[in-house]
This record gives sequence, C-alpha cells and structure tokens, in this order.
Amino acid sequence: MLAYTMQRLIVALSVAFTVSVVAFFLLHLSGDIAISIAGPESTPAQVEQIRHQFGLDRPLVVQYLDWLWKAVHFDFGNSFYFRDTVVSLIASRIGVTLTLGAISLLLSLVVAVPLGVLAAVYNGTIIDRLALSFSVIGQAIPTFCLGLGLIIVFSVTLRWLPVSGASTWKHFILPSIALGWYAVPAVMRLSRNGMLEVLSADYIRTARAKGVAPAVVIFKHALRNAIIPVVALAAVQFGFMLGGSIVIEAVFSMHGLGYLAWEAIARNDFPVVQAVVLILATIYVGLTFLADVANAFLDPRIRLA
Amino acid sequence: MALLDVQDLVIDIPTAGGVLHAVSEVSFTVERGETLAIVGESGSGKSLTSLAIMDLLPRVAQRRATRLNFDGADLLTIPARQMRKLRGSRMAMIFQEPMTSLNPAYTIGNQLTEALRCHDDVGAEAARARAIELLERVGIAGAERRLLQYPHQLSGGLRQRVMIAMALMCKPDLIIADEPTTALDVTIQAQILRLLAELKKELNMAMILITHDLGVVARVADKVAVMYAGAVVERGSARAVFKAPSHPYTRGLLNCIPVPGRTAPGAPLGAIRGQVPNLIGRLAGCAFRNRCDFAAPECAGEMHFETPTPGHDVRCVRLAAQKAVA
Amino acid sequence: MTDAMPTMMTSAGGDKPFDAPPPRQSPFANFLRRGRRHGGLLLGASILLVIVVAALAAPLIAPHDPYAQNLAQRLIPPIWHPKGTWDHVLGTDKLGRDYFSRLLFGARISLLIGLLTVAISGTIGTLLGICAGYFGGRVDAALSYVITTRLALPVVLVALASAALVGGSLQGVIIVLGLLLWDRFAVVTRSATQQIARADYVAAAQAIGCSTSRILFSEILPNILNALIVVATLEMAHAILLEAALSFLGLGVQPPLPSWGLMIAEGKQYMFFSPWMIGVPAVALVFLVLAINLVGDGVRDVTAPENRT
Repeated sequence: MLAYTMQRLIVALSVAFTVSVVAFFLLHLSGDIAISIAGPESTPAQVEQIRHQFGLDRPLVVQYLDWLWKAVHFDFGNSFYFRDTVVSLIASRIGVTLTLGAISLLLSLVVAVPLGVLAAVYNGTIIDRLALSFSVIGQAIPTFCLGLGLIIVFSVTLRWLPVSGASTWKHFILPSIALGWYAVPAVMRLSRNGMLEVLSADYIRTARAKGVAPAVVIFKHALRNAIIPVVALAAVQFGFMLGGSIVIEAVFSMHGLGYLAWEAIARNDFPVVQAVVLILATIYVGLTFLADVANAFLDPRIRLA
Repeated sequence: MALLDVQDLVIDIPTAGGVLHAVSEVSFTVERGETLAIVGESGSGKSLTSLAIMDLLPRVAQRRATRLNFDGADLLTIPARQMRKLRGSRMAMIFQEPMTSLNPAYTIGNQLTEALRCHDDVGAEAARARAIELLERVGIAGAERRLLQYPHQLSGGLRQRVMIAMALMCKPDLIIADEPTTALDVTIQAQILRLLAELKKELNMAMILITHDLGVVARVADKVAVMYAGAVVERGSARAVFKAPSHPYTRGLLNCIPVPGRTAPGAPLGAIRGQVPNLIGRLAGCAFRNRCDFAAPECAGEMHFETPTPGHDVRCVRLAAQKAVA
Repeated sequence: MTDAMPTMMTSAGGDKPFDAPPPRQSPFANFLRRGRRHGGLLLGASILLVIVVAALAAPLIAPHDPYAQNLAQRLIPPIWHPKGTWDHVLGTDKLGRDYFSRLLFGARISLLIGLLTVAISGTIGTLLGICAGYFGGRVDAALSYVITTRLALPVVLVALASAALVGGSLQGVIIVLGLLLWDRFAVVTRSATQQIARADYVAAAQAIGCSTSRILFSEILPNILNALIVVATLEMAHAILLEAALSFLGLGVQPPLPSWGLMIAEGKQYMFFSPWMIGVPAVALVFLVLAINLVGDGVRDVTAPENRT
C-alpha cells in the first residue's frame, strides 16, 4: 500500500510539473504578451518598455523557472488588471468555486448512482431503458443552456430562486444542478455497467445461494465492488466540474475562480490566467491521486498487496 | 418420502435463434443421507439442473416441472421469501470456481458468519465460534487468523474448503456440489472429495454431486444419473450402472477412462465420435442417435425409459438390439 | 446478452438432423440489417440528415440574408407567438436579422467545427494511440503520461485562453479544439491496437516481412475503424458543445457569424422578456448533439454488441 501510494505520488508530482510547463508555454507561445498588454494603439517603444518592465525580454526558460520558483512559494505576481496580487485574488474567489463544485458533485452522485444501480438491477426492463434514454438526452444538453433554462423557469417565471450571485445558499441551487447535470450520464453509465458486471459475478451467486436477502445482495455484495471505479470517476468529474464551472459562473454571475479566469482572459491578464490554469490542474492531479489511494483502500486486493 | 423429488424438470432459454432446450424432462429423487451423482459433459444441463433446484437460474431461463418437492415443500409454488429461507439453511451449494465464488471485498469471517446470521438469530460471537469450528473441521489450520483474511490471500484449495465450511454453517439437509474439484490441482481434488464424503456421512446430509468425472462417481455415489444434451439417459444405483452400463452414451463415457486392472496396458482409450447437438429448436427422439452405433429409424420417435433391472432406468429404445450385437 | 447466445451455440454445428447452418452475410449487410432494427440509430440518423441537408442547402432555403440588419424589424417574436409573422418564422434578433436564416447558417458553423476538429484531433490521437498500442513498452508509458497530463488541463479554460490569444475566429477555435480533444482517440486506439497487435494476421504480416508502417496502416488501422468511428461521432458532439460554450463566453467565434452559442449569448440579455431567443438556438444545439450521440451509440451497438454501455 505504501509503495503503491509513493508510486502514485511520484506520477502525480511529475504530471503537475509537466502541466506547469504547458500552462506557461501555452500562453507565452500563443502570441506576443507585451503587445497584448500594451494594447493595439501603443507605439513600438511602449511595447519595448512593457517587455522590459515585465521581464518578458529574458529567455523563456529563465522566465519559466522564475515563475515556477515563485509559484511554488505561492507567489503568482500581480494582476495586470485588478490592482491586486494574484494570490489574494484567487484566495477570495476559490471558495465559491469549490463550494459550487462540491455541491454539484454531491448532487450528481446522489442522482446518478441510485439510477445506475436501479437500471442494472432491472436490466432490460423499461426502467433500464428510461435511465439510458435519460443519460443520452442529458449528455446532449449543454450546461449553459440548462443553466439559462433553469433561470427562465425557476427565477424569472416562478420567482423561487435568485437569478445571479453567490451570497446565500439559495444562489447555489440552480448553478449546482446545471453543473452537476454534466456528470450524471457518465456516473450513471459507469454505475450501471459496474453493477451489471458485478451482479453476474460468481460471488453474487454464492451470496444468493446462502439465502441472503436481495437488498443485502445488491447493497452489501454488489455495490461495494461496483462502486470502486465510480470513486475514481467522481474524482475526475470533480476536476472537470471545477474546470467547467467557468461557464456556469458566467451564466449565474458567480464571482468564483472561473469567473475570475474569464475576466482575466478577456483582458489579457496573463498572471491570473496562468495561475488559475495551474491551480485547477494541480487540484485535478491531487484529486486523481486521492482517487487512486481511495481505490487501493477500497479494494483489499490492492490494499494488502 | 424422498428428501428431494424432481419430476420432469424442463429448462428453456429463449434466444434470438429460437428456444434453447437446455434441460428436458429430468427426473430423479434423493433420499436423506444419500449421494446422487449427476454425470455429463459440459453443456449437458447438469449445472442448470442444480441451479433450478436452488431457484438460482439466470433470469432469462424458464423453469417448469410436474413436481419439485423438497422435504414436502413444493418449490414450484413456494413464495420467494420462503425459498430464500430454505437456501443456505436447509439446502446449500458449493460451486465450481472457488477463485471467483468468494466476494473479494469482504473477509472470510464476514462471509462465513453471514451464512449463519441471515438465517438464525445468533450473536456475532456465536457465529464466529461456529465459523472457527467449521474451518477447523474442513482442515484449515489457524482458523482464527483466517477469519480476518481476504479471499485473494488464500489458495484455491483453501478457498474451496472455505466454501464447504460456508455451505455447512446452517447444518443443511441437502448439499449440492457443482463440480467442486474441477478447478483444483489433482492432489487437492482427492482431499476435497474425501472431506465431502466424510462430512456427508458425519452430518447425515443428502448430497448431489455434479461432475463429469466417472472416477469420482464410483468412489462416492450411491446413485447415478447420466445426462446427455439436457436429458437423463440412464439412472440407477451406482453399483448397477457401473456393473451393467446400458446406454450407449454411458458405455462410451466409461470407455474413455482407464480402469486399473480392467483396461489392458497400452490399449487405446475410447472416444465418442461426433459432437453434441445444438439444443435450439425442437428436438425429437434420442439426442444421441447421430453419434450412436446402434442408431435405427425408431430412435427418431418417442423416447421412454426401459428398466433392465429394478431401480435401473435407461432411456433407449434399442436395448434389445444392443444385447443382440453384444 | 441474448444476442451473443446463437453464435455461442452454432459452434457445435455439423450434424444434419439437429443443425441448420447459420446464415452468413457480409459485414456491411449485417450492419444495415441490424442497424435497421436499432431505434436510436434510426432516430439519430434521421435528425442528423435533416440538419445536414438544411445546412448544405442553407442559401437556398433561408428566406433572408442572415447578416442583413433591419432595425425597423427588431425583436419580432416567432410564429407561435401572437405577434409573430410568417415573414420571420422564428422571429428576428436585436439587429432585426432573421432568426431562422441565422439558425440555418449556424448549423454550417457547428457542423464545420465538428468535422474539422475531429479531423485534426482524430489524426493526432489515432497516430499516438496506434504507436503506443503497437510498440508498447516505453512508447506506451510515455504516451500514457502525455494523456494524463492532457487530462489534467482544464479544457474549457485552456481552450478559452488559447482561443483568445489566437484571436477568436472560426479557424482559431477549430485549431485550438483540434489540438486539445485528441485524448479519447488516443485511449481507444491504444487499447484496440493492443488487442489486434496480438492477432494472427498481424503476426503473419510480420513474418512475411511487411514494413512496420504497412502493418500499422493496412493491417491494424482498418480493424480499429469501427471503434474510431464511434469516438469520432462522440468527439464531434463534444467539439460542437465546446465551441458553443466558447462562443457563448464571447471568446470563440466572433460576431456577426451566426454561431448558435453566440446567438444564445446575444439572447441572454433578452431572456426575461423573450426567452425564445435563447430557446430556439438551444433546442437546435440539443437536437444536433443528441442526433450525433445517438448515431455514435447506435454504431457501437450495431458493430460491437459486446461493448454496449
């Protein structure tokens, strides 16, 4: 278990490092940052001055190492636009995004796992077919369309919930549904297929031959084994949700990390964009690492290996 | 009254290509304390027959019978909840694949005690004591330590012993062992069989032993039913069947195994030519006739059992012709 | 489950009184025969056909120029609304442009994005996957690492940032998405190649001394085509959704192009009084993505029933 954890940790760290390289070079190679900062009407001299002022005239590798060294010490420099340090900007925004992501994940699991189990237990029946149709249709609805639709129905027409913002728990309901929706089809299909596979396993027959009650067969013997891959998927989906929350935050005007990134991209505020990309990617890497460890813990064949 | 009475058991499986007649009109009885061996090659319907008794058939399979009684209870009409109470407590089953028949997520102890606690209102401590007692009885050393282990930490032979212990937790009247030794090493096969035979005698259980190994049958069975293509072709006391095998298929099977003292050294072992027929669609007549040396036009007609000696039934209409040739 | 049974049983064949030979058909005939019975595939293909024809024939069908502004005819509601007119079946937007015409031309953008993105990402992913699957070992380990890294990047965010830098345009969006969405191609191609690389005909090709590139492209590629088609459809839907999201956020396709995502973004400010301005392009988007997904799922079911999910 320890060796396994260490091995996963090394992979996670090196992926995080590679991502930092990509995040840095992606932005630096896509265009001339100095021109972007200076604006379209600036003179070449102004551009040169900005280039020097932000250290953009140094070799890229030097710039990268400088950036990485500071990033490791939680110093992402100053925002070009917001007149604040990137770290304090992120610190003030990340809470909204994490809350939104966590609620969304919870919502999607609460809907998708039971639905997948139900579909597997009633495999081939109308329940199964309804669940599958639901997942196919669900996959086709873009999150921002769903978000707008929810606003129109519940905020504008019924006036039950606020349209935008993130100040009370009520503000989180609609965005969480819209964001959580995205993960439901994938989680549902994986739970269903996992349950189908497990339900046809020999040890399920053994349990039934013992005379164990059907509910115990499904929840103790089958779900326990089928849920293992779902845990990994949930971690991945949480990462996707944090990344994808940019769209939902824009729809609902929630000032989270995604909204910050959106504003920063639109204003060529590169330090902020780089930092947000790196942080989201690092969170994703951390999540998949935790999922690997959780998997190993849930599966005695890995835990005791 | 027989402990288990099976009359005309039929198992149909609808497929896209037509109905698969997996088991057709199988009948046998098992008395208390008796061992019935069901013999046949894979696909002959012997495993499905045992699953049908336990009501563990896959959902697609359809079960019919004129009688299916267990200790006076009609298993055809019994409510699912009552059936579940019989399973594991009064009739238990041991499966073919010890490697995959235990749940990888739970300890041996958890799975053993569950077998007892889902039927009898016993405390955790009592269940644990019973599990240790049985693990020791099936020859597992360090039983207390084993209770905390997971299936993947045990060898195949040990796992099958655990499966046997699990089947015995509630002191069943009938134990069905579906090829309990097939997946194991040859040396371990003999140990497991001996253990099963001992336990059966000790606990006065009835046993249905499903196997394709006639050597095993000769050692442990009181009665034999030979199955071919979903039907019983010969049944009777083990003594009678081995002494005077009367169905061409049974004889073919017996010719396939060397018998010390009877098979001459270096003599070629027999083989049955041809293949098992496709069981999809309606089958009329004797399913073995395309591989049989004695086949005649009447073999395509209605089949019935002949009784050469009392208690020995053969599903063949050409017994007289066979005798003439022999 | 039930589909697999007859093939299992026919292996016993050969004896005349019991066996009828299984009917043999070409794979394509098989595909058509089974595809005809697959409701989802039929529905998806029909919707998709309608959208593709509408997109191709947009200049012929469209009642108005999708870019022609007419400020006197702003915000006319669609025909089902009491104030709707037959002249603008789906109404007009804030600049008086005919919504139906824009919708038709928007279909072209979505389809173009889907096709070209998949062409780029499919080429990258398939090449990487085939190499990793065929060569194994270090090549495989390296590729798995690259895929892990790629998955760690938040797609929407990176796409937004890159598209903004490339300078939000149709070509820019296509290139950015094409360079980002190859991961599933690589994963699927890799595992499919691993299975096929062990097949006898590959060993035979190696034995008679075929060049590696020949084995990769004429022995392996044709055999993983089914799986690739499935991934391609699903990724096409993915690309279309992402483009809509990017354009919705104002950093993808730029006005005045009638991208559906852009139409939804422009409609957002009117959603309180004219929700149809969002609803019309949103429904079109949902139908297109649904149709493509149905076709993808259908092709998978029909070509490989055992992989059904």
